[in-house]
Amino acid sequence: MSSDAMAIHAAEVGAGRPWVQTLHEWVTTVDHKRLGILYVLLALIFLIIGGIEAIVIRIQLMRPHNDFVSPQVFNRMFTMHGTTMIFFVIMPVMFGFANYLVPLMIGARDMAFPRLNAFGFWLTAFGGLLLYFSFVGGNGLYGAGNAPDVGWFAYAPLTSRAFSVGHSTDFWTIAVLVSGFGSIATAINIITTVLCLRCPGMTLSRMPLLAWMNLVMAALVILAVSPLTAAQIMLSIDRYLGGHFFDTQAGGSAALWMHFFWIFGHPEVYVLVIPAFAFASEIIPVFSRKPIFGYPAMVAATVCIGFISMAVWAHHMFTIGMNSMANTFFVLTTMIIAVPTGIKIFNWLGTMWGGRIQFKTAMLFCVGFLFQFLIAGLTGVMLGTAPFNWQLGNSYFVIAHFHYVIVGGIMFCLFGAFYYWFPKVTGRMLNETLGKLHFWLFFIGFHLTFDTMHIPGVLGMPRRIYTYEPGRGWDTWNLIIGIGAFIQGLAILIFVANLVFSYFRGSKAGNDPWDAWTLEWSVSSPPPSYNFASIPTVSSRRPLWDRKHPEDPDNRYE
Amino acid sequence: MAEKHKTEWRVVVGRATGIVVLLGGILLAAGLCNASAPPDNSVPSIFDPRSTPAESISHLSRFVLAITGLIFLVVFSLLLYAIVKFRNSDANSNREPAQVYGSTQIELAWTIIPILIVVVLFLATARVIHAIQDAPKPATAVEVTAIGHQFWWEFRYPALGIVTANELHVPVSDSAHPTPTFLKLLSADTDHSFWVPQLAGKTDLIPNRVNGMWIDPKQTGIFLGQCAQYCGTQHAKMLLRVSVDSPEAFDAWIHVQKQSVNRDDREVTGRQVFETTACVNCHAVGGTNATGRFGPDLTHLMGRSTIAAGAAENTSENLRLWVQNPGAIKPGSLMPAMKLSDADLDALVRYLETLH
Ligand code: HEC
Ligand SMILES: [Cu+2]
Ligand SMILES: [Cu+2]
Repeated sequence: MSSDAMAIHAAEVGAGRPWVQTLHEWVTTVDHKRLGILYVLLALIFLIIGGIEAIVIRIQLMRPHNDFVSPQVFNRMFTMHGTTMIFFVIMPVMFGFANYLVPLMIGARDMAFPRLNAFGFWLTAFGGLLLYFSFVGGNGLYGAGNAPDVGWFAYAPLTSRAFSVGHSTDFWTIAVLVSGFGSIATAINIITTVLCLRCPGMTLSRMPLLAWMNLVMAALVILAVSPLTAAQIMLSIDRYLGGHFFDTQAGGSAALWMHFFWIFGHPEVYVLVIPAFAFASEIIPVFSRKPIFGYPAMVAATVCIGFISMAVWAHHMFTIGMNSMANTFFVLTTMIIAVPTGIKIFNWLGTMWGGRIQFKTAMLFCVGFLFQFLIAGLTGVMLGTAPFNWQLGNSYFVIAHFHYVIVGGIMFCLFGAFYYWFPKVTGRMLNETLGKLHFWLFFIGFHLTFDTMHIPGVLGMPRRIYTYEPGRGWDTWNLIIGIGAFIQGLAILIFVANLVFSYFRGSKAGNDPWDAWTLEWSVSSPPPSYNFASIPTVSSRRPLWDRKHPEDPDNRYE
Repeated sequence: MAEKHKTEWRVVVGRATGIVVLLGGILLAAGLCNASAPPDNSVPSIFDPRSTPAESISHLSRFVLAITGLIFLVVFSLLLYAIVKFRNSDANSNREPAQVYGSTQIELAWTIIPILIVVVLFLATARVIHAIQDAPKPATAVEVTAIGHQFWWEFRYPALGIVTANELHVPVSDSAHPTPTFLKLLSADTDHSFWVPQLAGKTDLIPNRVNGMWIDPKQTGIFLGQCAQYCGTQHAKMLLRVSVDSPEAFDAWIHVQKQSVNRDDREVTGRQVFETTACVNCHAVGGTNATGRFGPDLTHLMGRSTIAAGAAENTSENLRLWVQNPGAIKPGSLMPAMKLSDADLDALVRYLETLH
């Protein structure tokens, strides 16, 4: 090896270099792959923190009249758990994957605006730090409570100065505001990248579904996060400049905040779940050895969901006393959205049908997702039935439902994505044995916790209570829920151990360990910083299929 | 070896899925049985309705459950069939299966069938929304104004001139002579929600906004519920008790409540302590200088079986503990500890116990 090549090699593995230099490189990086990894690492750290908060909540509720934590601490725990998981775990991890994968899958060398990309990441990271700094700085001069305790949707007027003294609410507001700017920046970047940087031959109708779905997700981020950001500014004006938007004591409107929040909150669900759909739409075909069934319908359904999701927000507000017309309208829109969602489930089923399904860990997670998302969708229809919602809304049934979406749906796909793309990112395979252990433990823990959780809701247990009376028939269920939570915690630890172990000791992956079909598998693992030595040209949705089967290329059938 | 390993996994997958489904089924069945079992209404299940709104919701819910259950069974079976039938049974074969890209007919089918189901569900739902929300108020209805406070309930009967707290009394309503109760819902501070699952769905109490709901309980007894919208530190202990009385019992209760002046004057020392401490700024007792409205009206305190919105039973010890240090029963409640001497405290509690 020439000395030049050796130097390059040394630089690549980072051997013998001062660690500050490596750190400096990562902090100042504008490379989409590195930023993607940073996003994912940030999310993993917050996942552990948010997970610990969840465990505290579940220990407290394992038996009635428990005093593991005080009501004040409990209320902070569920506020921080919700805020952390939505804004600082799922959103960043999805942005991380989008950042890493979209350019590679559309044959581009980077995102459209690399520096904006870095800016977005650091805003998100500092937003998260601000949120947690509230534990130190939230007291303010009042000696008031530290971390925010207003719930993750922070209904007015609990957030007004009268009911929230000190600075805890301000930390919440600013954290969400700052990370919101980061999200919008990243969304603009994703949209521009997908629309402008596709390689020759990759028309919109040949784009991998992952890129399509992230495009829709990014559009939703812009539409949904903007009103939230506006609402945070209005809230700050209320708190510090004497505004009265939400200050009911001075004639403001509590319902106005609800509208602002949920006009963000509902599309947000799709911001989180559409990238999960994207993972499933890449992983299921590869492990079924068939192309995605009904590609045009998948794209249409995604776009459809994007549009309809902007018109359903008030189904989170069926109990606030809207008139019967308004309630009926939102029942209709909510039920309509079940149709394109159903189409997706059927298309994934159609993809597996007649295939040769390989149950690698990644696929196991995606199959788990299919079953669980089916149930989540059906409990969603129940909650969309306004009268049923008058009973179930704000009860543990809702908690069970949306954890079914977020854990059973999104997290399962996410784990699938980790097992599927880890080899590309690190050059090493994740350990399959540990992976299957992770899957089964998480699967069992998930069902113990979240299947059970529907029941106390039906029996009248509201959410956000730090304790409850014995004799209402809730005790046993809460005990089982708590046990399931511990099993899930254990599974996550195994997952993290697997990440660390496999990063150092995993078997070598090679370029294309799954015999897959999209462009990222045509480059080395990990990919070089410029991604493609020469920009590829594609002629179908599965460019690597065409290369592997020149006798029977895809574009004949599309 | 690798081959054998694979088949084992498949068996495990199949069995585990089976077990989970079975477990889920048992849990759900147990939950639903549990939901309709106890006769004393201690479990406030939504499937054990005792009033028209709760009943029509329960009917609709069962209908929706049946349809979604059916969809679940069909799709679940298809998925299960697919993963069992199309699993890779020959690991050594590198042959790719037939590449199928879609099918317009099939895709149309699974678009149109769901649309039809949605239409049915929507119509059924719209009917119930209208029946509950747009029900006319009969002339015989009892009117109550419920005001949510951090963390207790104020109930006013404007037509009867009654003010009470935390335990709502309503008459039983039989279909021949319906006497439903119409609630006007207000809030004094943050958002709350009135939820007694066996009587009706929940409706929020929102400051600066007037909401309404109604119940027509078909059976006498105590029905439990609690605040269902997070309202601050003690949201958990903002419990609700609705006492559904026979017409005679309800009249008797009204008769007592209407006596706005407490005539029992045996406990002079206690009364003095009460009237000379800050109690009077927050509490009202008819016939005294106590006219505060920040806390519950205490004129007929002993008519209630619990104190502090159901946080404790209404016993001498609990009253004493409460007045001495509310935080011991309900940390974060808005009543301050009054730091009275033991003698004052005893006298005060004796006085409170005369408030029938
Ligand atoms: C700063 C206002 C305030 C003062 C002063 C105050 N209370 Fe209270 N009190 C409240 C509030 C608020 C509640 C309701 C607490 C809850 O349920 O969360 C309450 C509840 C009660 C209750 C329970 C009522 C029920 O039906 O549940 C009693 C009894 C009571 N107070 C007695 C007293 C006595 C006696 C004093 C004087 C020594 C006193 N309070 C002083 C605000 C006050
Ligand atoms: Cu929603
Ligand atoms: Cu409340």
